[in-house]
Amino acid sequence: MKICVTSEGGNLDSKVDPRFGRCKYFLFVDTETLEFEIKDNVSANASGGAGIQAGQLMATVGVKAVVTGHVGPNAFQTLQAAGIDIYIGASGTAAETIENFKNGKLKKADAPDAAKKSGFNR
Amino acid sequence: MLKGKKMIISIASGKGGTGKTTVAVNFALSLKDVQFLDCDVEEPNAHLFLKPIISEEKKAYIPIPEVDEGKCNYCGQCRDVCAYNALAVFPAKDDKKGHWLLFQNLCHGCGACRLLCPQGAIKEVDKEIGRIGIGQSYDIQFIHGRLNIGEAMSPPLIRQVKQHINPTKTVIIDAPPGTSCPVITTVKGSDYCILVTEPTPFGLNDLILAVEVLRKLQIPFGVVINRADLGDSGVEKYCEREGIPILMRIPFSKKIAVLYSTGIPIVQEDPSYKEKFVRLFEHICQTYKL
Repeated sequence: MKICVTSEGGNLDSKVDPRFGRCKYFLFVDTETLEFEIKDNVSANASGGAGIQAGQLMATVGVKAVVTGHVGPNAFQTLQAAGIDIYIGASGTAAETIENFKNGKLKKADAPDAAKKSGFNR
Repeated sequence: MLKGKKMIISIASGKGGTGKTTVAVNFALSLKDVQFLDCDVEEPNAHLFLKPIISEEKKAYIPIPEVDEGKCNYCGQCRDVCAYNALAVFPAKDDKKGHWLLFQNLCHGCGACRLLCPQGAIKEVDKEIGRIGIGQSYDIQFIHGRLNIGEAMSPPLIRQVKQHINPTKTVIIDAPPGTSCPVITTVKGSDYCILVTEPTPFGLNDLILAVEVLRKLQIPFGVVINRADLGDSGVEKYCEREGIPILMRIPFSKKIAVLYSTGIPIVQEDPSYKEKFVRLFEHICQTYKL
């Protein structure tokens, strides 16, 4: 399954970035093979709409789930419309997070858990 | 400047709470044939001092897009042209139907999505963002905007308030604090801008930012230092170094604070201030009017 993990660095040993819309990097990972692709988050410093842009990107890439620390209201609404599952509360490295995701240890979000712009300039 | 046209003078500050409204209100009350615009639409307060009788209230709108899902093919052109990331579009996939999502609070009402939709699927509908109040205070024509609670975008309302500018009167505009879009929208087109500051590191920091904005907009300006006998000499030194005229120094005074707290303009209790503001106006006119 193809998922996206938000990350502070460019490999699987990097720490998970707790922000979704304003994370540093997106890691697009195949959970079976652990093959991954890195993408800079070009909207990380947008004055508004970073979560919407990120959500739109997830749909374009075609991930089934997003794994991150927190998700804001606009991103949540966008991902929901795109039919993408959202898992929150991730911490540690990307590799650990993928393992936790596969073992069903992460919480599926049924509502946004961060305020608008709370990931800005952190 | 056109013959017969009077000055448009805006009062801005950078830092909030320096005394913009105090200066704007007392300045307006000291002059003749004045129109007063409160463009601090997120928290207008000049009416507390000028106590105008509001005779007309108008709703202010921005156009926001509405999609006809029968015509929309979810191509995403509207999303791609939106400079404010206010739209998300997902094409239909497998058994799921397409989605067109508008985030109203990010929409500036620019109309690009409607104009550039290849399907002609977008029309614009009015969204109320605030109210404009028009009235009279003493012999001052008074106009203010009030942004609706929860609304994020003030420049469209500020522009609509400014459409009421009467060029045959001296126009005094109370600006919002800060140095971003709302301030720029407010001071644009002014013949002169008075920057009110305080002699503190915070006051100086934000004054410098405001000066940069005004220089970029090529609006002549001068500084009023409020609570001038407190703080440090940083603002004075900065103004001297930069050749910025200090137009007036208002002392830190309990009397002024008490008057402020009860909504009484200083000039009504202390006519010496009226003279000071009249002289300030004459100075500005002589220096900057053709």
